[in-house]
Amino acid sequence: MKIEKIIPLLKAKIVCGERRINDEICNVFSSDLMSDVLTLDSENILLLTGLANVQTIRTAEMAEIHYIVFVRNKKATEEIIQLAEEHEMVILESPFSMFKASGILYANGLNPLF
Amino acid sequence: MIELKFHISGGDFDTAGTASSETKKILKQLNIDSKVIKRTVVALYEGEVNIAAHAWKGEVAVTVKDHQIVALLKDEGPGIADINMAMLEGFSTASPKVREMGFGAGMGLPNMKKNADLLEVESTPGVGTTVRMSFDF
Repeated sequence: MKIEKIIPLLKAKIVCGERRINDEICNVFSSDLMSDVLTLDSENILLLTGLANVQTIRTAEMAEIHYIVFVRNKKATEEIIQLAEEHEMVILESPFSMFKASGILYANGLNPLF
Repeated sequence: MIELKFHISGGDFDTAGTASSETKKILKQLNIDSKVIKRTVVALYEGEVNIAAHAWKGEVAVTVKDHQIVALLKDEGPGIADINMAMLEGFSTASPKVREMGFGAGMGLPNMKKNADLLEVESTPGVGTTVRMSFDF
């Protein structure tokens, strides 16, 4: 599924990475625990998280994750956006809870990792 | 052979990850296999976060040889009382502040072991910890 289709499904706002709006996503992982994210072997996934800080972006950078949705109205700070842009990441902000956002994406055919 | 050195400040979660990020850039420039780069920087980042989370200060040295990357992380801090326990998934002595940052789940050292070809940990309680990892390619 393309990022541009995910945006309306999650009533999300894109805060950086607009030029990658046509990128295709197959797998989604939902977690607030960066320790868990760092154990993933898969790449090119969409990360749903309620943890909006610089270490979320650093974790994504190391784990080769380029697509992040901040759920339950968590906002990306200027520092987060700057770091995410440096690494060509797409950041979305959604008002939905992690559970709701995950459920919508699952119901629309995106795959879980486990 | 290329050598990189970084200073890590204990408790500084604003800059934690800088050493791993800089190392990743260099390894990419050297055209090292992407899977090796990922293994290296994930383990290095876990180590950096451990220093930021637990130690007072630390030094990271990364050496890139012909077919191996070696990372040496040396910190001054409280050390690890029981290394065998620290190697178990789920064992953690991290503070609430560290947990709020998304870490402290007791998966750092086990994940470093999973990603490195060799992991050696030496620690003296009250003095500090030295972690040596190597990654073959």
